[in-house]
Amino acid sequence: MTHQEEDVLQTALNWKKDGRDVAIATVTSTWGSSPRPAGSQLVVDGSGAMVGSVSGGCIEGAVVREALDAIADGKPRLLDFGVTNEQAWEVGLACGGKLQVYVERLE
Amino acid sequence: MKASDLSRLVTAKTERRPIALVTDLGSHQQALFEAGNEAPSLSLSPAQQAAVAEALAANRSGEIEIEGRPLFVQARVPDPRLVVVGAVHITQALAPMAALAGYEVIVVDPRRAFATGERFPSVTLRHDWPDEALDAIRLDERSAVVTLTHDPKIDDPALDRALRSRAFYIGALGSKKTHAARLQRLTEAGFDQATLARIHGPAGLAIGAKSPAEIAISVLAQLTAARHGQSTR
Repeated sequence: MTHQEEDVLQTALNWKKDGRDVAIATVTSTWGSSPRPAGSQLVVDGSGAMVGSVSGGCIEGAVVREALDAIADGKPRLLDFGVTNEQAWEVGLACGGKLQVYVERLE
Repeated sequence: MKASDLSRLVTAKTERRPIALVTDLGSHQQALFEAGNEAPSLSLSPAQQAAVAEALAANRSGEIEIEGRPLFVQARVPDPRLVVVGAVHITQALAPMAALAGYEVIVVDPRRAFATGERFPSVTLRHDWPDEALDAIRLDERSAVVTLTHDPKIDDPALDRALRSRAFYIGALGSKKTHAARLQRLTEAGFDQATLARIHGPAGLAIGAKSPAEIAISVLAQLTAARHGQSTR
């Protein structure tokens, strides 16, 4: 049996082969109780479709917006998501962790 | 990321080769790093190269800053493998559970009536004897072996090969009495006590598991602990 934990990079490759624009977001650093460890990835296509995760669903919306920008301008970016416990409710990151996410276009 | 690099990252995983994508977060330069091809285009210093190699060996993705250069290492190592010896009822629960937890699962049972595609849809099945099967599978440090048949004819050859390998987990199902008899046989076969201590027997955490699915959970929990270096003894 092949393992069922999806390989998001395989998906990224498939999407690229299908001629779709693709961006890859990767957690590079975390501080405190961040839900997903460094190395976690989210793959986004030009229409905003996504697979994988960089948090427990907390910051994915913001990351997808940046991914679409990266697809448009081709520039990689390193994003900071630092939230206090109070802000956490607003962005949905209830843990109060901090993380950095690298977003790049697949060339 | 270059599509060609992505393609090589994906291929390396299916070929069970560890590989890392290294990104210089300052310059945004990127290159693949693997044994014999250590990201030459990044011109890593010996210290940087050693740090990346160490992170890859430990399967640790993350940022490392050596000599003032911020490098992000995305480590990709082969999936852990679970070899289940015995296509029994517990295996029908354990195989899909382990697959969900990220294991590549191989079920070995020379008894063809047990190891059928009908009982194990989409599982890799082998019908050779466990010693031959494990020789062919080539157990590595990312492999685990669990024997579930209770039949020494089938379990013992598997344990023999597992004990000679670098498998990170070896488990054998059976009562304490069965396990004592098993240790006796393996001692007579020439294994010393320290080696035999690698066997988790009876396999699984003591959580009062009764049904096949519950026993599968207890084994998978112990396997998870072993994978992350946590003792459960």
